[in-house]
Amino acid sequence: MSVRLELDDLSVVYDGARDGHPAVAGVSLSLEAGRIGCLLGPSGCGKTTVLKAIAGFEPVRAGQVRLGGAVLSGPGVHVQPERRRVGMMFQEYALFPHLSAAENVAFGLRRQPAPERRARVAELLALVDLADAGERYPHQLSGGQQQRIALARALAPEPALLLLDEPFSNLDGATRERLSAEVRDILHRAGQTAMLVTHHHSEARTLADDIGTMHNGRLTDWAAAPR
Amino acid sequence: MSKGPRAAGPLWRTGALLVALGVLAPVATLIWLAAGSDMAHWGHLSQHVLPRAALNTAVLLAGVGTIVLLVGTGCAWLVTAHDFPGRGVLSWALLLPLAMPAYIVAFAYLDLLHPIGPVQGAIRWVLGIDSPRDFRLPDLRSMPGAIFVLGFVLYPYVYLTARAMFMTQPAHLMDAARSLGETRLGAFFRVALPLARPALMVGLSLALLEALNDIGASEFLGIQTLTVTIYTTWVVRSDLAGAAQIACTMLLIIVALVLLERHGRSGRRFASVRRMQPMRPRRLHGLSAAGATLAAAVPVLIGFVAPAAYLVWETVKRLQQGGGVSHGLLLSMGNTLGLAAGVTATAVVAALLVTWASRHTGAAANRARWQARVASLGYALPGTVLALGLLTPALSFDAFVGQALGLQGLPLLGAGVVLVAACAIRFLAMPVGTLEAGLARIPAALEQAARLLGETAAGTLRRVHLPLLRPALAAGALLVFVDAMKELPATLLLRPANFDTLATWLYAEAARGTYEEGAIAALIIVLAGLLPVVLLARDPLGAATPEGNP
Repeated sequence: MSVRLELDDLSVVYDGARDGHPAVAGVSLSLEAGRIGCLLGPSGCGKTTVLKAIAGFEPVRAGQVRLGGAVLSGPGVHVQPERRRVGMMFQEYALFPHLSAAENVAFGLRRQPAPERRARVAELLALVDLADAGERYPHQLSGGQQQRIALARALAPEPALLLLDEPFSNLDGATRERLSAEVRDILHRAGQTAMLVTHHHSEARTLADDIGTMHNGRLTDWAAAPR
Repeated sequence: MSKGPRAAGPLWRTGALLVALGVLAPVATLIWLAAGSDMAHWGHLSQHVLPRAALNTAVLLAGVGTIVLLVGTGCAWLVTAHDFPGRGVLSWALLLPLAMPAYIVAFAYLDLLHPIGPVQGAIRWVLGIDSPRDFRLPDLRSMPGAIFVLGFVLYPYVYLTARAMFMTQPAHLMDAARSLGETRLGAFFRVALPLARPALMVGLSLALLEALNDIGASEFLGIQTLTVTIYTTWVVRSDLAGAAQIACTMLLIIVALVLLERHGRSGRRFASVRRMQPMRPRRLHGLSAAGATLAAAVPVLIGFVAPAAYLVWETVKRLQQGGGVSHGLLLSMGNTLGLAAGVTATAVVAALLVTWASRHTGAAANRARWQARVASLGYALPGTVLALGLLTPALSFDAFVGQALGLQGLPLLGAGVVLVAACAIRFLAMPVGTLEAGLARIPAALEQAARLLGETAAGTLRRVHLPLLRPALAAGALLVFVDAMKELPATLLLRPANFDTLATWLYAEAARGTYEEGAIAALIIVLAGLLPVVLLARDPLGAATPEGNP
């Protein structure tokens, strides 16, 4: 199900950036199927821009994004975000406030027949340990519960790759420790390839198999995390 | 907890209560009038008059509602989610039809689209047809014509609320929908639109209340709506009870629309707590960019540019022919300014009474807040209904006072007091809205400090609050002033004998079909109407929405 992610000399320049200064410059890396990668760095280092380029929200200036060998972004190529099979967990969770937790999880399953969709939603709610919370609306959930619903929603359509943008930044220290270990287990059990960005070293060490550090739009290293 | 400076004094509370009662009085009078008369009228009305007027009104509201929702929502999405040439100008120019009363647009289009007018002439010229008999657009004086005119004048109510909603909608919600396999269009329909729905309901109900209030456009275009029927039943057939019965029927529609609006305003529980990054507009290129520019320009052209250009053209033509401006028009201009000034002063003082009484917490203030809410309901009452409800009490009062003091004539009606009261009731929601917003920004500590320094309650209002409230007062006053200048239905019914405003001057000319100085009167109204639109364009999130925020 999950596949390998490759970034090849990736560069991103924002419209109207002063003197065409790139937000991301020549980033190359390879993440094997089923592993969790992490880009670590301070805010403004370009790590979130890399995620947006992989998701297809930001066009690339040069280089390639490849998923399972297929080019998603590159010179003259830009696969629309909805056709990439790339899931994303957003920093503020981005739960749809007008939909219940179960409806949020079901959002990406529209093309499945109703019985299968219901079964899949129940399965995912159980996976994130919120089987009873399906009827509740996002504003009725705690921060940690919202975060787990966001994870369930991103996993529901079985994405080839899952992106996590500062997934624990809104939680306090103790909850963060507990949830990052939980999320790591959920992802490994599902054999899910995932890429995470964060500025917390501890989070990176708990979650990731491969860690790279970003600085000024460049990736300075990329290696397996010490165990 | 001591009462101290918290509760407003009895004088204020009584004043606020009186304002609220003043708004309720016309409604109570109407119901009393309708119920107290013999039902023979009602039988005739309900068989021969009401069904057609009600059906016409229903069709008109359905058509106008469809147009304002499509145009308002579509344009709001176009300018918030996309970038294309002219977007900056168009995003505020789309508000311009707010400066145009519907009766003026109808007046302009009757001439513009006349079979021998400029538009049809140009079409015939392009197609190489000589005679108007061989080619002719459908007549504007029809139901589709009225829907067209009102729809393109009133869509800004939906545009304004929808744009504010889309502008504050966090970008990551759309991104999340895309990452879950939804197309751009799909994300709009499944995420952006449902989230904006409460705001759209507010805009829709305000637009429909305006359509219901309209008398000029419907009458020029020959549509017998409920409003027009009230007017003719009363003025032409002198059947006051019958008019009151129709007005009561109309109150049902109004209550439904106000409930829709309240429902929309309360439905914002989804609003995100944290401030998030708004959508970044997507740049369009080539044909789609040109299409977007055109699509956003068409409503501005139809709702503002074409009728405004016509008015300027006719005014220039009239002035160049040496006709000059007649004494009568100058007189009605003076009347208009005087009426607007009187209405503004009345409404602002009344708004100050009700908002000041409700500024703090506590049981008395809660009661006062209810009064403020009641006092703000006047915007929902069409001018004809309001006039009908105020006329009977005013007539009895005039008769009583006249007899007691041995006066001739009608002291209240003759002096225009009733007209000023009617307009003030109708437009009270605007200064109440701006003043409530202004007061909310003044911390209670300022008042407490002033009182501890030995200042009285009234002195605190004068020396602390009024100076701080000046922008809110000015905004509220401007909104009332301009709307009072435009007001037609209540002015037609309640004005003293031989008293013309610019609006009634225009109405009389259009009714006679003379088209002499009507364009000049209309142009003055439109120029005044541009002022609050500029105010709104500078304040895009609508702290000063047209109807305030009751």
